[in-house]
Amino acid sequence: MELTGSQMVIEALKKEGVKTVFGYPGGAIMNVYDEIYKQDFFEHILTRHEQAAVHAADGYARATGKVGVAFVTSGPGFTNAVTGLATAYMDSVPIIVISGQVPISMIGTDAFQEVDAVGISRPCTKHNYLVKNVNELPKILKEAFYIARSGRPGPVHIDIPKDVTAQIGKFEYPEEISIPTYKPTYKGNAKQIKKAIEAMKQADRPIFYLGGGIVSSGAAELVRELVSFTGIPAVETLMARGVLRHDDPLLFGMLGMHGSYAANMAMSEADLIIALGPRFDDRVTGKLSEFAKHAKIIHVDIDPSSIGKIVKVDYPIVGDLKNVVEQMLPLAFDRIESSKYENWRELLRRYDQIHPLSFEDSDEVIKPQWVIKRTGEIVGDKAVISTDVGQHQMWTAQFYPFTYPRQFITSGGLGTMGFGFPAAIGAKKGVQEKLVINFSGDGSILMNIQELMTAVESKIPVINIILNNNFLGMVRQWQTFFYEKRYSQTDLSMQPDFVKLADSFGANGYRVEKKEDFEKALNEAIESNTVSIIDVVVDRFENVLPMVPAGGTLYNMMLEYKD
Amino acid sequence: MKERKIISVTVLNEHGVLSRIAGLFAGRGYNIESLTVAPIPDTNLSRFTIVTNGSTRVLEQIVKQLYKLIPTYKVIDNKEFVEKEMALVKIPLDTNLSGLDALLKGYNGTVANSGENYLVLLVADDSKRVSNFLKAVKKFNPIEIVRSGSVALEIE
Repeated sequence: MELTGSQMVIEALKKEGVKTVFGYPGGAIMNVYDEIYKQDFFEHILTRHEQAAVHAADGYARATGKVGVAFVTSGPGFTNAVTGLATAYMDSVPIIVISGQVPISMIGTDAFQEVDAVGISRPCTKHNYLVKNVNELPKILKEAFYIARSGRPGPVHIDIPKDVTAQIGKFEYPEEISIPTYKPTYKGNAKQIKKAIEAMKQADRPIFYLGGGIVSSGAAELVRELVSFTGIPAVETLMARGVLRHDDPLLFGMLGMHGSYAANMAMSEADLIIALGPRFDDRVTGKLSEFAKHAKIIHVDIDPSSIGKIVKVDYPIVGDLKNVVEQMLPLAFDRIESSKYENWRELLRRYDQIHPLSFEDSDEVIKPQWVIKRTGEIVGDKAVISTDVGQHQMWTAQFYPFTYPRQFITSGGLGTMGFGFPAAIGAKKGVQEKLVINFSGDGSILMNIQELMTAVESKIPVINIILNNNFLGMVRQWQTFFYEKRYSQTDLSMQPDFVKLADSFGANGYRVEKKEDFEKALNEAIESNTVSIIDVVVDRFENVLPMVPAGGTLYNMMLEYKD
Repeated sequence: MKERKIISVTVLNEHGVLSRIAGLFAGRGYNIESLTVAPIPDTNLSRFTIVTNGSTRVLEQIVKQLYKLIPTYKVIDNKEFVEKEMALVKIPLDTNLSGLDALLKGYNGTVANSGENYLVLLVADDSKRVSNFLKAVKKFNPIEIVRSGSVALEIE
């Protein structure tokens, strides 16, 4: 079949079964947009900024597990997309960004809207391509999808010069793909797994340290089985929220900087850490020399470079978690007795009772944690939750009752403010049957507020709950704790009227100043089935606690702050 | 404790592969002592010889990160290598050349080129011996010196 480069792009997306794409047109990508206009296989959502297009593709991918796709033009269109690529890269999310580029003959001449796109995207993508010959395009597209979703997933960027999108070439879309230089290891080494199970059997105080790899690999069901059968307690990273049900008696919460006391004590006192798909992020480990000092470490990851990168690992296992846990289960059935760990579980329960995750509620002001808890009580597992970045993100991770993987969509590694709303738009396109609620702050929401137009125009009824404290809250909190209350550039007293703002875009706006008004606003927003902003005025000086100060140790948490 | 390491990387010889490798080292703060690259004849592959240094953990990461690059076919590191470097030295003819013959003999060097006013010397040897040669050749007042990176081939 003879096709133009642009037609090849459309055909490849059809072959991959892509039903939704996000993007923003411009000069260098116009030929592709002309073909998008002519087809009706997939829907194109026009965002109002390229960054949002990539976050939306990312949110779509996180909510569904499928590859998200975004289109942008050359130059500024592409540079705007870079934050989205870096966000997806840090959290291992499979997306494909296709950018236009100036014609091949003009590359290198500083042409209008020219930028070295592959040079920029190289360190923040899993792989990238500059297409120099239209005949290579089918293979590149096939490879891109394969690379994005296989192994440790990640973003792939394809830069297509404008003349290539117009040239005609032979379109043969490969059915199968094999890249001799890229062969991820899926099956875990049986000997290593046996040794790991033996270590679990020997241990007195083992702990499961559950990471985002479980979600990417689709291994949550198997992990739930392994945890419940062995009776070994578990803690989750930010990216793993929802792997276990929030009310699982073996789950001792999130660990790390704003983790629970019990979770961090568990890591500090364990004699064996069974790390399933985490990456020992600095926000999790705290001071490395004090991290899990008494423990041997089992680390399962599909990416060999993740193992041994931060901490010394005693039992490295490279493989896909689904396979590895499947291999572990029968061995665990044979060898592990849950009763052995009863004392250990009892100790952790006691830690949890001494310092449970809590906040001091109030009737005078609305506490941000209360809003999250109340939302959880009202919508629970009916909603997929996204967040922006900051205090509200940590409170959501702490207090929302997550019950299944992919229910929580948040920018963990890069910590991208402005991620939540466009990601929620993408997520809603992926899981239409669910409510999608974005918890945001008064700082973050303004970083992609233009997406109100996208959501209204494309009828994507996302609910934004702004926990509004008139502050860049997390930075303000650090200034309170560590900078003697010098609130440098964090006071956001100057604000738009979010109700009027929503109204001007054709969205619903609610302002909530009293607790009793919140539920009504939320229910109205849900029933209206329209894009909504619920602007909740919360306690200005509430802090995220407990906290391990940067560089501190997990067992030495700041449990309260006394002014 | 920093140690020196030779890593031989076989990659697909495609657009941008050098920048992927150089960028990996720059972006992650790894050192490059030298880097040599050329296509492998009759294949679509290229071979990089990289000499680097770092702690054991860093060196381990370098190897893993190199392997993680999609076009990387093979990474050889924990082998014994034959390693050679080359240097070209331009010396003026109006200098006292006594002892030059013996020096060249000692280092298996040759005269690669000569002109009206200069000689170009060539040595190819182990990194240390090339360094020693360059020290010794100083007394002939070299005008210019160029030194290559290492090329290395693993031996069993």
